[in-house]
Amino acid sequence: MRFIDEYYDTSLIEPLLRSIKKISKKEVRFMEVCGGHTMAIRKFGLPSLLPENIRLLSGPGCPVCVTDRWFIDKAIALARMPGNIITTFGDLVRVPGSSSTLEKEKANGADIRIVYSPLDALALAKEFPEKNIIFLGIGFETTSPAVAVTVANAKKEHLTNFSLLSSHKIMPPAMKAIIHEGIKIDGYICPGHVSTITGPEMYREIVGKYGLGCVISGFEPTDLLQTILMLVDQVESGKPKLEIQYKRAVKPDGNLKAKKIMAEVFETCDDWWRGFGIIPESGLSLNKKYKPFDAGEFFNFNEVPKPEEDKACICGEILKGLKTPAECLLFRIKCNPGNPVGACMVSSEGACHAYYKYQG
Amino acid sequence: MCLSIPAKIISIEGNKARVSLGGAEINAALHLIDDAQVGDYILLHSGFAIQKIDEKEAMETIRLLKEIGREGQEP
Repeated sequence: MRFIDEYYDTSLIEPLLRSIKKISKKEVRFMEVCGGHTMAIRKFGLPSLLPENIRLLSGPGCPVCVTDRWFIDKAIALARMPGNIITTFGDLVRVPGSSSTLEKEKANGADIRIVYSPLDALALAKEFPEKNIIFLGIGFETTSPAVAVTVANAKKEHLTNFSLLSSHKIMPPAMKAIIHEGIKIDGYICPGHVSTITGPEMYREIVGKYGLGCVISGFEPTDLLQTILMLVDQVESGKPKLEIQYKRAVKPDGNLKAKKIMAEVFETCDDWWRGFGIIPESGLSLNKKYKPFDAGEFFNFNEVPKPEEDKACICGEILKGLKTPAECLLFRIKCNPGNPVGACMVSSEGACHAYYKYQG
Repeated sequence: MCLSIPAKIISIEGNKARVSLGGAEINAALHLIDDAQVGDYILLHSGFAIQKIDEKEAMETIRLLKEIGREGQEP
C-alpha cells in the first residue's frame, strides 16, 4: 500500500541501525505512549535489533487498557436496561468489567452493536426513534474529533434518543504523570496520530520544563528507527528537542478543524487511568451546551458500585513502564488473549497482548 | 485504537467520500478536513478522514533516509 510499503524498505533499515549503533553510547530508556507504536515495535522485533543500551518501554498509550473498569460496568448496566441499544468500537466488547463483558451481555440478548464510525450510531438513532442509542466514547485526541462531529450533528438534527458515555482522554497529562511518578526515561516517542490532530506544541512543556526529548513518530519500521536515531542523537548531544519525524501526517498546527470541533463540544475533566488513578484535567466530557447528550444526565449510575481492580493483575505497573508483561504471574498461564484478565491483554495494542503475540 | 490507515479518495459527495483502502472500497466522512480532492491520500480513522497525507513530506522523509544510508556507507 502506498505510504506504507516505502517505509518497510530493508535497504533503508540497515543503515538506520548502523547509524544508531555508531552514535549511541549512553544507557537510555525511551517510552512510547501510543498503542499503535507498542504493537509496531513488538511486531517488527525492534528491541532485538537495537543495541543493548537502548531500552524501549511501553507507556499508557492504549485507550482500552487505561479505561476504568467502572466504565465497563456502567456500559453493562446500560446494556441491561430495556429500550437501550449500545453502540461501540469493537475494541471494548471483550474488556472485563467486574463480573461480565459487553460480549457476554450481547450473547445473553442485550442489543450491543459494533460500529465502524460513530456516525453509524446516529443512523441507528434515526432508524429506531423509540430506542435510546448510547455510544461508548473511548480514545485519545485521534478519536474524539470524530465523536465531537457526531454529537454536534445529533444536536443539529434535534435527536433526543442519542447519547454519549464518554471516557475520552487526552495524552499530555498522562505523559507528565509518568515524569511526576519518578519513572526514569530519557525521551518520548510521541504518538503520531494523536499529534496529527493536536500538532506538536502540546509537548513543548515536556521538553522545556522536564528536559526530555520528544519526537513524534510514524508507525512503520523506518519511521520508528529514524525516531529512535533522532532521540539518541538528542541524548548524546545533550540537547533535548521537540521534533517531528512523521511529517507526512503531522503539521505544525495539527488539524485546526478537528481541534475547533473538539473545543466546541468537549471540556476537560479529571479522569481515572488504570495504573495512575485520577489525573487532573486528563479526560474529556461534554460541555454545558452539549450536556443533554451526556448519558450520565439521564441514566442513574448510583447503583453501579465502583469496582476493585484485580489485585494479581499488574496492568497498572505495566502501563507505567515499571514492569514488563513477563514479570506478571498471570501472564500466559491465567491471562492470555483467549482469556484476558487485564485490559492490556484484551486490546491488540496492549503491551501484554503484543508481548504474547510477538515475543514467543 | 489510534490506528489510522492511508486511503485514496475515489469519489466525493458533500461530506462523504468513497476511499480505496488497499483495493477495498469504503466510506469516509470528510467533516474534519478541508479541500479534499479525488486522488488525494488521507489518513482514515474511525470512519473519518483525519488528515491529508503530505506527498512532498513523504518523499522528503524517504530522501532523508536514503541520505542516512549513504552516510552509513562512508568509511
